[in-house]
Amino acid sequence: MQGLIEFIEISLTGLGMGGLYALTGVAFVLIYKATRVINLAIGEMLMVGAYLFFGLAAGLALPWWLAILFALAGGGLLGLLLERAVIRPMLGENPISVFMVTIGLGSILVGLVELIWTADPRRLPQFLPDEPIFLGPVFVFPEPFWSFVIAAAVIGVFVLLFRYWRGGVALRATALDQGAAYAMGINVPRVYALAWMLAGMIAAGAGMLLGSIAGLSPALALFGLTVLVVVIVGGLDSVPGVLLAGILIGWIESLAGSYLGGEYEHLVTFALLLVVLLVRPWGLFGTPEVERL
Amino acid sequence: MQHLEVRELSLAFGGVQALRKVSIDAARGGITAVIGPNGAGKTSLFNAISGFYRPQAGSVWLDGEDISALKPPRRAALGLARTFQNIALFRGMTVLDNIKLGAHVRTRTGLLSALWYLGPARNEEIRIREEIERRVIDFLEIDHIRRQPVASLPYGLQKRVELARALAMQPKVLMLDEPVAGMNREEKEDMARFILDVREQWDVTVLMVEHDMGMVMDICDHVHVLNFGEVIAAGKPAEVQADPEVIRAYLGAGDAETLRRRIRGEAGAA
Repeated sequence: MQGLIEFIEISLTGLGMGGLYALTGVAFVLIYKATRVINLAIGEMLMVGAYLFFGLAAGLALPWWLAILFALAGGGLLGLLLERAVIRPMLGENPISVFMVTIGLGSILVGLVELIWTADPRRLPQFLPDEPIFLGPVFVFPEPFWSFVIAAAVIGVFVLLFRYWRGGVALRATALDQGAAYAMGINVPRVYALAWMLAGMIAAGAGMLLGSIAGLSPALALFGLTVLVVVIVGGLDSVPGVLLAGILIGWIESLAGSYLGGEYEHLVTFALLLVVLLVRPWGLFGTPEVERL
Repeated sequence: MQHLEVRELSLAFGGVQALRKVSIDAARGGITAVIGPNGAGKTSLFNAISGFYRPQAGSVWLDGEDISALKPPRRAALGLARTFQNIALFRGMTVLDNIKLGAHVRTRTGLLSALWYLGPARNEEIRIREEIERRVIDFLEIDHIRRQPVASLPYGLQKRVELARALAMQPKVLMLDEPVAGMNREEKEDMARFILDVREQWDVTVLMVEHDMGMVMDICDHVHVLNFGEVIAAGKPAEVQADPEVIRAYLGAGDAETLRRRIRGEAGAA
C-alpha cells in the first residue's frame, strides 16, 4: 500500500515536469511547423524568460502578476527579434546552417544572461501557491502540481487558437503548404513572425514555472536538451505527439530518478531517444519524410 | 480595357533568361490561354503575375492598376486567384476546410472575437459558409466529398477542389495552371465545362496555362504562345494554330508546309 502511494506520488511529480516538457515542446513544434527551423535555442529562450521575471519581480520589485505579464511580453519580443534579425535573413539557406545558427544564438543568450545577472544560482520570487496538496492519501508537491495545471490550461488555449483563430488557421495552412498559403492571401512572413513570437511567449512562461520548481541559473537552458528528446520522440511536426511524449518522458524521468537514482534520469530518457531513433526515426506521430537530426 | 495586363516582363534566374519582354493580356470576362512547349516559361510567367517571382523588368496591371510592387497576399486580396500545376492543396485538411481557407482572405475577424466565437465572428462564418455551400460546392458538384480529407481523393477531384478553393476567394481574375493535365477524357470534359460555367456565372476573367491543345481550341477566346521565354504568336485559337512559327516551336525546325502535311499524316511528307 505504502509502495503504491509512493509510486503515485512519484508519478504525479513526473507529470508536473511532463507538463512543462509538453509546453516547451509545443513552442518548439510551433516554430518547426511554421518555418521548418529546428530551434535549438528554445532552452535558452526559456531561461531568458525566467531571468526576465526575476529581474522584474526581484530587481525592480514589481508585483508578481505584472512581472509575469512583462516577462511574457519580453519573451514574445525576443522571439520576434530573433526571427526578424537572425532567422529571416537565413531564409532559403541550408537547414543545417540555420540549425547551427540557433545553437550560436543559444550561447549568446546564455552569455548575455551571465553578463547581466552572473552565473550564480538564484531563487525566483514565489508566485505559485505553496500549500501542500493532498489527493486522498497522496501528497503532491505544490509547484509541479500548479505547473501542470497551468501548462495544461495554456496548451488547451493554444490548441483552440490553432483550430479557430484566423491567425491559427493561417499558421496551419502555412505549415501544410507555404506556396498555396501565400497565393491564398496569407501573409507568410507575418506567420513566421507570429510563430516565433508565440513560441517565445510560451517558452518564457515555461521558464518561469520551471524556475519556480528547480531554482534559477543559466543551467536552466539544459532543459532544452530534454525538450529536444521530447520533440524527436513525439515527432517534430506533431502537436499531439509532443504532448504525449512530454508527459511520458516527464513520468519516466521521475520514476528513474526516484527508483534508480538521480544519475539515471538522463540515461533513461536518452536511451528512450535511441530506441525511438532506431525504430521510428520520425517519432511516434511525426510525418515520415520529415528530415532527421 | 484589358482586365489583366503584363507589359514587357523580363525574368532571369542567374544566367537563364526565363522570360524576355513578355507582354500578354487577358480581356475582361474572357478565357485566355498561354501555351507553349515545356520550359517555355509559362509557369514562370504565372509565378511572376501572382507575385512569387520578382521580374527584373516590366510590370503587371490589374484593373488598370500597377500591382508590380505588391506581395502575393496583397495581389490575392485584390482578386487574383490561382491554382497550381502540381496540386497545392492543404493535405491533412478536409475538402471543406480547404475551400474555407480560400475565403480566409476576405475575413476580418480579430483574435478576441474568434476566441469567444462571438457575434461578428459567428455571423461572418455563417455568411461565408452559406455562400461557399451554394456558390462553390453545389456549383462544382463536390457536395458528396466535402468531409473527406483531400489527400484521399482521386487526382481529378483534387484539381476540382483546388478550383473550388480559388473560387472561394471570389476572384476577379482566375489563373489556372494546367487545369486538365494528367486527366482522362471524361475528367477533361468536366473541367472544361466547369471553366465555361465559371466564366458565365462568376463574372471572372480566366487566364490559363494549358498543354491540351484540344481544350485550348475549344474553350479559349484568345491564345498567346510562348517559346524560350518569348511571345511568338497571339490571336484567336484558329489563327494561332495555323501560324508557322507556332508549328515550328512545337514540332521543331523544318519547312512549315512539310510539317503541316506530316501532322495531317499525308503520304509523301518526309
